[in-house]
Amino acid sequence: MRAFKVISVGAGVTVQDAGRPGYLALGLSRGGVADTLALHEGAALLQQSATLAVVEMAVMGGVFEALCDVRIALTGAPMPASIDGREIAWQASHVLTKGTRLSIGVVKTGNYGYLHIGGGVKSAVTLGGQGVHLAAGIGHPLQAGQCLEFGTEESTGEQGSKTLSVAERWSGGQLRVLPSLQTHWFDDKTIARFEDTVFSRDTRGNRMGVRLLPNGAGFQSDAGLSVLSEVIVPGDIQITGDGSPFVLLCECGTTGGYPRIGSVLPADLPVIAQAPAGSEIRFRFVTLEEAIDAQKLDAIECSGLAAQCKPLHRDPSTIDGLLGFELISGVVDGR
Amino acid sequence: MICEVRSEFPMIRQAGFDGLLVSFGDKLSEPANRAALAFRHAVEQADWQGLEECSTSLVSTYLRFDPSALSHEHIRTHVNTLLKQRDWFLATLDSNRKLWRIPTVFGTSQAPQLGEAAAIAGLSESQAIDTIANTQVRVQTIGFAPGQPYLGELPEAWNIPRQTELTPKVPIGALTVAIRQLVLFSVSTPTGWRHIGQTAFRLFRPESPEPFLLRPGDEVVFFPVELERLDTLQQCVDGGASFTRIR
Repeated sequence: MRAFKVISVGAGVTVQDAGRPGYLALGLSRGGVADTLALHEGAALLQQSATLAVVEMAVMGGVFEALCDVRIALTGAPMPASIDGREIAWQASHVLTKGTRLSIGVVKTGNYGYLHIGGGVKSAVTLGGQGVHLAAGIGHPLQAGQCLEFGTEESTGEQGSKTLSVAERWSGGQLRVLPSLQTHWFDDKTIARFEDTVFSRDTRGNRMGVRLLPNGAGFQSDAGLSVLSEVIVPGDIQITGDGSPFVLLCECGTTGGYPRIGSVLPADLPVIAQAPAGSEIRFRFVTLEEAIDAQKLDAIECSGLAAQCKPLHRDPSTIDGLLGFELISGVVDGR
Repeated sequence: MICEVRSEFPMIRQAGFDGLLVSFGDKLSEPANRAALAFRHAVEQADWQGLEECSTSLVSTYLRFDPSALSHEHIRTHVNTLLKQRDWFLATLDSNRKLWRIPTVFGTSQAPQLGEAAAIAGLSESQAIDTIANTQVRVQTIGFAPGQPYLGELPEAWNIPRQTELTPKVPIGALTVAIRQLVLFSVSTPTGWRHIGQTAFRLFRPESPEPFLLRPGDEVVFFPVELERLDTLQQCVDGGASFTRIR
């Protein structure tokens, strides 16, 4: 059986994919991975399609026993990981042999780590997607004792472990913002103060969105809070009743009644999704032209990730039984 | 700011990187609601290259598109051209809509805020039940959660505000009220709407070939049943609800 047996698992570990866009009219937000860049990084490391489903691990991983030989990659927020007690690298691909156990611990920083599996996770397809959408009641988190099946590999090409240098996005940062529906309800002074404010990511946050706390006064629009409910999408920054911003993520509702001061560029959503509690966030309005260029660059970078993967060189001191390896096979006579 | 502010409707606004919102009003009205639904239908018929998705909220049509295939400038031109083709406020509703009759337990331990809501509306509990049960409400939009309808319009007495504090959780099938509207919950969630009735109606069934039961434009009557029937209704197809086609 091509599967992992789940030995133990954190509370927020779910199967995810690129999401289910197209159901806004019926009240279902797109869902999918919280960190879309990590989805592409894992696909690059395994040289497979980013449409394949993966395992998203919120804050804590789990212990998975391989029921067959399988390739994996680990991306997103760095977590301590080991195979049968031997530490392995994050942002890298590895080979697990049948019977070995992969253990993944608690995030060192950031929020969401990802386990990608050669052939992709096999699970029920609902409304065209495999992603668990907890807010909508689609699917369930992984449970200890269950089997996590995966697909067959398309090619048995190069199997060596690879690593990838990834964009640092585990401790907050600056988010680029475009105007949204109610941006003009906030006067220029308020917008300027919004850009000057350093926000701290609140402890309240999940796949629906994250709350940010300003280091000074909160924000108010001219229209107060009497807004007719309107469509909302991931990235929108709502100003809630107490004047603090709430940035919507992949599993948000589809309508909301709070005024929106702006909307975070899709390319910057991984930064806010991964920002741990207490990390600093700033906002900067950009022009539509800047936003379009930024998104183009992001798409180019995503498609170039596979070419950036490098062979993973293990530190010889961490290799058990080093002398047991045939280190010099394949040397040819150099005459 | 890039937002275009005009005093008259329809109004076109940018919504982030890949969205445009066409609003037909700044408060809920029947003509604006119908205009939004009809405009969405027309946009979907037009099927512009680069358009990814189109939806409606109460008085607006939202368009999501791929700016690398359809620029903001071009989609605005398309939208303006289409808007000029007719008076959208005169649009009528689609044919092929459904009228649902949904059995509802009003008040009791299952829907603990009926008394409070009725008092704010200046009605007795039995008046409250009568006014709601005798109003054939229409799905004005689906939103917030999958398949979840905002229904209206209730008589003026029901123009009551949402609570400032949230109810920590209402169950699936909860009928709630505020601002002359009803919301029937498709998920269990915190809310500021007051919980006045409980149904056994599951609006979203991800495992079913037809996961979404209501569409904008469908009409609904919530008729009162005794608390004792709720358990039985939970076992019934569609929670005991039935529909007829509106001709």
